[in-house]
Amino acid sequence: MQIKPILTAMRHHKAGTILIAFQIALTLAIVCNALFIIQQRVTRVMRPSGVEEANLFAIDNQWADSASVQNVGAQIRADLTALRQLGSVQDAYATNSFPLRGWGWDNYVRLRPDQVHRTSDSAIFFTDDHTLATLGVKLIEGRNFTSSEAHDVSIKTLAAWPEIIISKDLAKKTFPDGHAVGKPLYVNSDASPSVVVGVTDTLQSHMTDSDITPFAYDAVLVPGYLLQGMTRYVIRARPGQLQAAMRDAKRALVTQSRMRIIDPKDGVRTFAQVRAKAYERDYGMAMLMGIVSVVLLAITAAGIVGLTSFWVGQRRKQIGIRRALGATRADILSYFLTENAMIGGCGVIVGILLALGINLWMVMRFEMAHLSGLYVLIAAAILLLLGQGAVLAPALRASRVSPVEATRPA
Amino acid sequence: MLSYYFRMAMHSLKRNKALTGLMVLAIAMGIGASMTTLTVLHVLSGDPLPGRSGSLYYPQIDPRDMADYGPNVEPPDQLSWIDGMYLLKAKRATRQALMTGGMVPLQPAQSSIYPFHAMALYTSADFFPMFEVPFQYGNAWGSAEDDSKARVVVISANLNDKLFGGQNSVGKTLRLQETAFRIIGVLGAWHPQPHFYQVYMGSYADEEDVFIPLSASRDQHMDHAGETDCWGNGGGDNNTLEHAPCVWLQFWVQLGTAQQAAAYKDFLVHYSQEQHAAGRFLRPPNVRLRNVMQWLDYQQVVPSDTRLQVWLALGFLMVCLVNTVGLMLSKFMRHAGELGVRRALGASQRALFGQLLMESGVVGLVGGAIGLLLALLGLWLVRQQPTDYAKLAHMDTRMLLATFGLAVCASLLAGLLPAWRACRIAPALQLKAN
Repeated sequence: MQIKPILTAMRHHKAGTILIAFQIALTLAIVCNALFIIQQRVTRVMRPSGVEEANLFAIDNQWADSASVQNVGAQIRADLTALRQLGSVQDAYATNSFPLRGWGWDNYVRLRPDQVHRTSDSAIFFTDDHTLATLGVKLIEGRNFTSSEAHDVSIKTLAAWPEIIISKDLAKKTFPDGHAVGKPLYVNSDASPSVVVGVTDTLQSHMTDSDITPFAYDAVLVPGYLLQGMTRYVIRARPGQLQAAMRDAKRALVTQSRMRIIDPKDGVRTFAQVRAKAYERDYGMAMLMGIVSVVLLAITAAGIVGLTSFWVGQRRKQIGIRRALGATRADILSYFLTENAMIGGCGVIVGILLALGINLWMVMRFEMAHLSGLYVLIAAAILLLLGQGAVLAPALRASRVSPVEATRPA
Repeated sequence: MLSYYFRMAMHSLKRNKALTGLMVLAIAMGIGASMTTLTVLHVLSGDPLPGRSGSLYYPQIDPRDMADYGPNVEPPDQLSWIDGMYLLKAKRATRQALMTGGMVPLQPAQSSIYPFHAMALYTSADFFPMFEVPFQYGNAWGSAEDDSKARVVVISANLNDKLFGGQNSVGKTLRLQETAFRIIGVLGAWHPQPHFYQVYMGSYADEEDVFIPLSASRDQHMDHAGETDCWGNGGGDNNTLEHAPCVWLQFWVQLGTAQQAAAYKDFLVHYSQEQHAAGRFLRPPNVRLRNVMQWLDYQQVVPSDTRLQVWLALGFLMVCLVNTVGLMLSKFMRHAGELGVRRALGASQRALFGQLLMESGVVGLVGGAIGLLLALLGLWLVRQQPTDYAKLAHMDTRMLLATFGLAVCASLLAGLLPAWRACRIAPALQLKAN
């Protein structure tokens, strides 16, 4: 190919060449970091909660008389009976918190009472024998709780919870040999351990912040009804009856007792709403990064079109001479494509270095992960193709310059 | 002369509308994106109490056991009841207030309004003078009410409008959690942002609607909301929080001078040593004394995503600028022949340079104006987001001026290199080439 004449021609418009290369480099650096951020956020948002989320909803129920919460145990049982009897409801349980809720109770889990460093910071979910069926979570080892194990639990009592079910990830962390059932764990008391009676399949904790990701799938299920100001009901509607069940359940609770406050705005939420709330920042960030990348690529493409058009206009006479001397249209076309590929290639090389630099800075500043080479390659390919695409129209115009132009004065 | 330059610039810009439009659009988008994100950052990292925040401090001590202890570990963000009450009663600072948040069931007297949960702050008397909280009607309670666990309440202007139609409600009764509280004060407009004194109910949350003496809230078993961190065999039950090894209270002090602040820090160390010697604190003294801005910085109330977005937008602006430099250069060079003629006819290099700069300045100004509109649109979009700081995203005069400054500087910068290159053309060479 005619690389040497291209280089000679470039020397005549150094500033333009450098500017285009620099713009490509900057765009590449920003776009591949943006792509990487999008990928990270999407991975976070797409990770499974372990819960069968369709047809599931939750009610935040606050007891109006918070001075007498020590006595709400009987009311919770009556509420659950009423909820489970509804025609539109498949199953229900009462709890303090649930996966993806964002807020909740978490405890350090220890293998020995004198252990100084935590093994895990696990979510504590209060549950009963209906919990696994309501959430649609399978038990992979051991047994479920029985209805008689769900006692009233006060935070005041420091006695260990005798039996617990733990999530698969916590079991793997605490008992790497794979036999968790029957083993002791110190969850809420140093005096005596709780005994693991079952292990669930994947189950996400309430915590969705990025900084506690190592513990995101660690959960401890405790049988019992926690006596506190707020009780949450998690309810599975019969398939297709979600809206009806949400209406019925709220009405059933108010019929049971009026001494409760259910926020009219967000007291009753579908699990889809819970999920959207948990990841709203990630959605927003991924969307923003996507828009910025697209606009950036468009601007860079427009810049290439503009500058190349100018070069074509400037060189009409030279193109005409070349055509008159026997160069084919394809020769002219490939000249501009090659020129663009060379400038783009330089830009991409500088851009990759810049991208890695920016990523390194973000790793230090924003606790970001290291950029994977794949994104650099994808972004580099996108930019090279974009450059070729952008240059095509002006290059085609150049190839149509007639040899007669050589004879005309400029 | 300037008006002549301006006419020349307009003439030249009109000649190639697509190119001009592209340059204006690129600058506008870069400016719009940068100003949107910079404005959000500006509002979020603002000083909640300008002029006063430097003398307000947040003391931290470390009463925990040795679990997870290591060098340079930060003390907990809050205080336990025992330590909080001790520091409050010690009165070593000019003013001090202990506080925590909660949601209180409120039963309005009117049957037309349903019972609802009011956001509450349980605090002590110094809170109001220390933060210079303005009163519309009545006034704050004093230490006597703190000591007697008096059932008095100060309400926000917002709640007063809702329940009493904005009338003076001092002396009236408010039923909170089935108990009658006497209204003794109604606040004026008070919206410190970030919500610095209590970050656990949302860093940019609305202000509380009811303010109740901390002593009375404990007496009435009012639920505390926010964060409770316990260690050892601690449990977070609301009714036993006074004795539990848990931190759940925020404490602010006012210290006028740096000497006072240093003395207060010594006092905290001394207290920690005493408690350590007595066996209550297992860790060696570990104290911090941050002022408002340092505390907000430490709490990272400005989301890191917001900072990331600013950098992204600035990078975007940079690409837009490089793009404009390239296009401007090609535009100027394309008309190099004309420039040569003008030089040959006697225009000085300086005059040409000025004319070309004028051209890029016009592009920048128009781009900046459109960019400002884009920024306003961007901020409107931010306000539609469900985040708690969304409603704060408004442009103020400072940011408005900054936008214009940025636009003009950016485009002059973008015009500098092309103008300099173009006006250096030797007239003879250009004429000969033609």
